[in-house]
Amino acid sequence: MTANSAGPEIERLISLLARLPGLGPRSARRVALVLMKRKEALLDPLVSAMQDVGRVIRTCSVCGHVDTSDPCTICTDARRDPATICVVEDIGDVWALERAGVFRGRYHVLGGLLSALDGRGPETLGLPRLIARLGDGKVTEIILALAATVDGQATAFYISGELAALGVKVTRLGQGLPFGGELGWLDDGTLTAAFRARQSVG
Amino acid sequence: MQAARPMDAQIPAPASAPRAYALTRLSLSNYRSYVGIALECDARPVVLAGENGAGKTNVLEAISWLSPGRGLRGVPFVEACREEPGAAPAAWAVAATLLGPDGAFEAGTGISANSEGETPRRLVRINHAPASGPSALTEIFSVLWLTPAMDRLFIEGASGRRKFLDRIAMGFEPGHAQACAAYERATRERLRLLRDGRGDPRWLDGLEAEMARHGAAMIRNRLHAVMRLMSAMEEETSGFPAAIIALAGEAETLFAADPASACEAIAARLARSRRLDEAAGRTLFGPHRADLDVRHARRNREAASCSTGEQKALLISLILAAARAQSGRAVPVLLLDEVAAHLDETRRMALFDAITALGAQAWMTGTDMTMFEPMDSRAQKFRVGNGAIIPH
Repeated sequence: MTANSAGPEIERLISLLARLPGLGPRSARRVALVLMKRKEALLDPLVSAMQDVGRVIRTCSVCGHVDTSDPCTICTDARRDPATICVVEDIGDVWALERAGVFRGRYHVLGGLLSALDGRGPETLGLPRLIARLGDGKVTEIILALAATVDGQATAFYISGELAALGVKVTRLGQGLPFGGELGWLDDGTLTAAFRARQSVG
Repeated sequence: MQAARPMDAQIPAPASAPRAYALTRLSLSNYRSYVGIALECDARPVVLAGENGAGKTNVLEAISWLSPGRGLRGVPFVEACREEPGAAPAAWAVAATLLGPDGAFEAGTGISANSEGETPRRLVRINHAPASGPSALTEIFSVLWLTPAMDRLFIEGASGRRKFLDRIAMGFEPGHAQACAAYERATRERLRLLRDGRGDPRWLDGLEAEMARHGAAMIRNRLHAVMRLMSAMEEETSGFPAAIIALAGEAETLFAADPASACEAIAARLARSRRLDEAAGRTLFGPHRADLDVRHARRNREAASCSTGEQKALLISLILAAARAQSGRAVPVLLLDEVAAHLDETRRMALFDAITALGAQAWMTGTDMTMFEPMDSRAQKFRVGNGAIIPH
């Protein structure tokens, strides 16, 4: 299909779809085709769902999470522990931690990691916002839940340095043996990390 | 990282599990001179004979893509497509059945279908499922190669020797490829910061800590590889000269002085050289500057000042020692391009005997089938030409 074999509206839809993660120009055409063929069942409900979401989403001015209210549901939930803040890269990480149900404190969403190659500097991490939340002395622990990649670890290093002088306890997630992992299958780096992070039993 | 499991992961590997890696099936599509071929073989060495330009090296190169990096020719993967005059290059793919100590795996790699606007990627599939990337292949396969282009390895710059050692180190430590990639990423990030003059010291500290962590792992893996090579070299009986090798470099010296505190020392050294690196526009210190010193043991001479023939023999010594050193897990597949032609008859026999003793699946190419006659039934022979590969 060449660029001018569909009307400009359809072409515009395809070029927008192609910018979504996991989609390329070819798969975007396939998606557009399905949407058009199933107008009542898919296209119209999708249009209205997207409009609804577009109308109500807000970025939380406290933690950077995206929700339908500002401050967000998590920040206003009185049952959550105000003493711990978990620092994550993105909203997807908040969802993952909430799904696991392991953390009952509040979040700080960075919106990305430090990356010189992608032009993301410290000013994009919203750290003044995080530091302001420490002002009333209620927060006792900051948990850095960042990826074990070069960018993730460099960012964790940076943030822990920024927080060092503020007298708050800074922790990071453990690294090591995965669930179902057998020692013989682990690479040296993971095994070393697991060994260093060993814990006493009983 | 969790490694890929063999197809029959539930069944423990039998006591007679192969102690050498081998390909039992190889198929190429749209790969350089080949439209599509499939080759079936067993775990014995493979001889590919054919005229110059018949496509023998292309087969070896295709196998070399079953490991991370840029393959045996050292080119970007996008260049391996079949080129047909007047047509757009089609997406190439290499698929193989691989035998190893953990069982049989189906592995495939190739270029992603290239529609407009998409950057082509190198895809890797293991047992028909997408793998995280080329480094996943090191968990299930190991391959080493020797090509005529490497004849100048001892004479030319250190980067070739580093790559040579890294390939061997990957065979001992599958995580080495990842450590190198992470180190390179952190190095590029730091250099970008320095070049942009944004040098936030804390950000640089973080990147240097990452460079030091992965760099120390690289040095440890390389030193380990050198040690293993040296101890396998002492067992040398194959008629090739023994080599004495050592890893040299500033970061390596720092590491050797006190391995336990090497991370901190490397990070501190990097922090001190920020200004110099900024002025130079490159990173002047680190494991990416290491060199591999190779000496001819008996003559006590640097490899670079040995004769061309001796250099070739030293290279073969190193490859055989690397294969022998890896035999604890499994002997790697060896890709020996035009190796037999450069050896006199005595050494050729010695090479064939060494390959047999190792039990290695060596893929050897040559223009003349008669050169491989001494291999007799120890090898399976194929004729290469006109875009086809036919059993001889």
